[in-house]
Amino acid sequence: MNESVLVAGQLFNGISVASILLLAALGLALSFGLMRVINMAHGEMLMMGGYLTYVCTLLFGKSTGFLIGMVVAFFGAAAFGALMESTLIRKLYGRPLDTLLATWGVSLILQQAARSIFGPIGVEVTAPPWLAGSIAIGGTALTGLSIPLVRVFIIVVAAIVLGGVTLLIMRTRLGMLVRAVHQDRGMADALGADTRWVDLCVFSLGTGIAGLAGATLTSIAPVTPTVGQGYIVYAFLVVILGGLGSLAGTLAAAVIVGLFSATAQIVTSQSFSDVLLLVFVIIFIQFRPRGIASSRSRALDEA
Amino acid sequence: MSKQPLARAFSLLAASFFLLSSLSTAPTSAAGTVKVGVLHSLSGTMAISEVTVKNATMLAIEEINAKGGVMGEQIEPVIEDGGSDPAIFAQKAQKLVQEDKVVTVFGGWTSASRKAMLPVFERFHGLLWYPVQFEGNECSKDIMYSGAQPNQQILPALDWAKAKGYKSYFLLGSDYVFPRTANLILKKHIVHDGLTVAGEEYVPLGGTDFSAIVNKIKLAGPSIIFNTLNGDSNVSFFKQMAAAGLPPSKLPVMSFSIAEPEAKSIGPSLLQGSYAAWNYFESLPDPVNKKFVAAYHAKYPDQPIDDPMIHGYLDVLTWAAAVEKAKSFDIDKVRKAATMLAYSDYGMGETKFAANQSLVQTGFVGELEPSGQFKIIWKSAGPIQPVPYDPLSFPGKVCSI
Repeated sequence: MNESVLVAGQLFNGISVASILLLAALGLALSFGLMRVINMAHGEMLMMGGYLTYVCTLLFGKSTGFLIGMVVAFFGAAAFGALMESTLIRKLYGRPLDTLLATWGVSLILQQAARSIFGPIGVEVTAPPWLAGSIAIGGTALTGLSIPLVRVFIIVVAAIVLGGVTLLIMRTRLGMLVRAVHQDRGMADALGADTRWVDLCVFSLGTGIAGLAGATLTSIAPVTPTVGQGYIVYAFLVVILGGLGSLAGTLAAAVIVGLFSATAQIVTSQSFSDVLLLVFVIIFIQFRPRGIASSRSRALDEA
Repeated sequence: MSKQPLARAFSLLAASFFLLSSLSTAPTSAAGTVKVGVLHSLSGTMAISEVTVKNATMLAIEEINAKGGVMGEQIEPVIEDGGSDPAIFAQKAQKLVQEDKVVTVFGGWTSASRKAMLPVFERFHGLLWYPVQFEGNECSKDIMYSGAQPNQQILPALDWAKAKGYKSYFLLGSDYVFPRTANLILKKHIVHDGLTVAGEEYVPLGGTDFSAIVNKIKLAGPSIIFNTLNGDSNVSFFKQMAAAGLPPSKLPVMSFSIAEPEAKSIGPSLLQGSYAAWNYFESLPDPVNKKFVAAYHAKYPDQPIDDPMIHGYLDVLTWAAAVEKAKSFDIDKVRKAATMLAYSDYGMGETKFAANQSLVQTGFVGELEPSGQFKIIWKSAGPIQPVPYDPLSFPGKVCSI
């Protein structure tokens, strides 16, 4: 083992952290970026995904249960998101502060519900056996570097989700409506687009992705009632750094944040690399207040 | 000046409330009872851990009352919620001492809560029984420290590791006072004993990303990890170590903040084969402990029991014994009497309070089994005298009460 292995390992870790951030932030990029809904319960959608996976591993065993859990987590969280949108958020459009408070309330209710149903100390979910190994790199200058399969798996899931969402937004009729509503809600409405239905779909898709993210992350992180809180700050950071309403920006921001903190940790501690990261984001936002990819839309002009 | 009927009704109501509330807070206790305070976090993040200590404390109070009380008086607990917030702990401590006139207080968990309560007990003349292992480096006549000092938990673990032949140590902790101080002391002793510190890393409280740290551990190649991570961070750490091909069976981990309840929540399969150092394990083959475990499980079935809980239990029983010895509830007489008591067994082997008001107790090392219980694999040569200020790390500082 030598320094180059550490650096190479950290570069891989940077991509791995970026994929985790991307999974956690994509749903938020949809609801916050496209709809301006500050969903404080986004972290709890991840948490819900984790618990749904736990239930599935109980029912179907560790291997298949984990895969079924990912599907169930996506649809479960999406269904809950649809319920939330239609009963709560719909009544509060155009009142961002009220939405913030209401969704925060939902987040507290969900945390307490998890505590009451599953107990306060978290449940045990481990990665399925087929994700347990790692890929060893040998015969080169990087001998000794080994890449955990579970991290590769998370990168692949993040890539598939990002690809899927991009296709949906760019290539489907629903995606066209989403882009139209994002660009100019009033005009889209006037031209006959069912903006209410578009809102419901976007929000529900966002929470569904969060649920899927929560299910995937059970392989490396805990499943507790408050686990969502750990992701939400970084998710908002990535969405704001990336620029509201831009999926490409979200991807770029996740990669920048992941690589930044991973390379910073080659020379410093994790606490200090977090400090450096926040300083970097604050300076960056001074020069590009609208993030990396500032998309032009009337909605942004209003904000 | 004629009053509206409604306003009159309100003022009457207010007056009667005032009367009622002044009656209920009056410091007169019923004949034949003595009030003690029980102050733990019953809500917030610390509630998971502290509610169980409160339960154990209440169990001791009920046992004493069933046997006729202390000096013939029934103990009347006044339970308050510290809300996982040091400021609330200080406020509730003052309320217990000043308004409720309790003769002593059992409570606290985090060092932050203890540090917040300390000035209150010093100023208003109270006595706190503190049940949790901590970083030492503190000494006050107003606190009975029953939780382990560093030389009773952390250094015995180092003694064990040395004897097992581990030469290179990686220190990993959450970023707050206990891990920082514990590792400061550990580093001094590791270097002093001619061993090596392979690395030292901290993660923000609640942190879940260990990718870089796992990488650094691999590069450093230690023979054992000394782990002072708190709470859920442990889950991420052990999962990510296992994913990188380093489960505890390959690279041993000695943890200082993982007891039976934490093991249950992290998942014994993930922790299997890892070590923990405490002054008590639920599996301790001590007849008094067997009785305590049975009594606790009769009230709270299937709940794991850990080190701070037995300390909460022991604190009440020791206080009662000290009161009987002093033949008084006076704080100064009680705390002096407590340090004069002989060794006794309250479930964790022979213990007694030393002159510096910390508990003399045995150190144990346990190995986690699939059942979630620890198999005790090592114990210190005998009960260890508590040393609040480690002489290697804080030379010249002594505790004189």
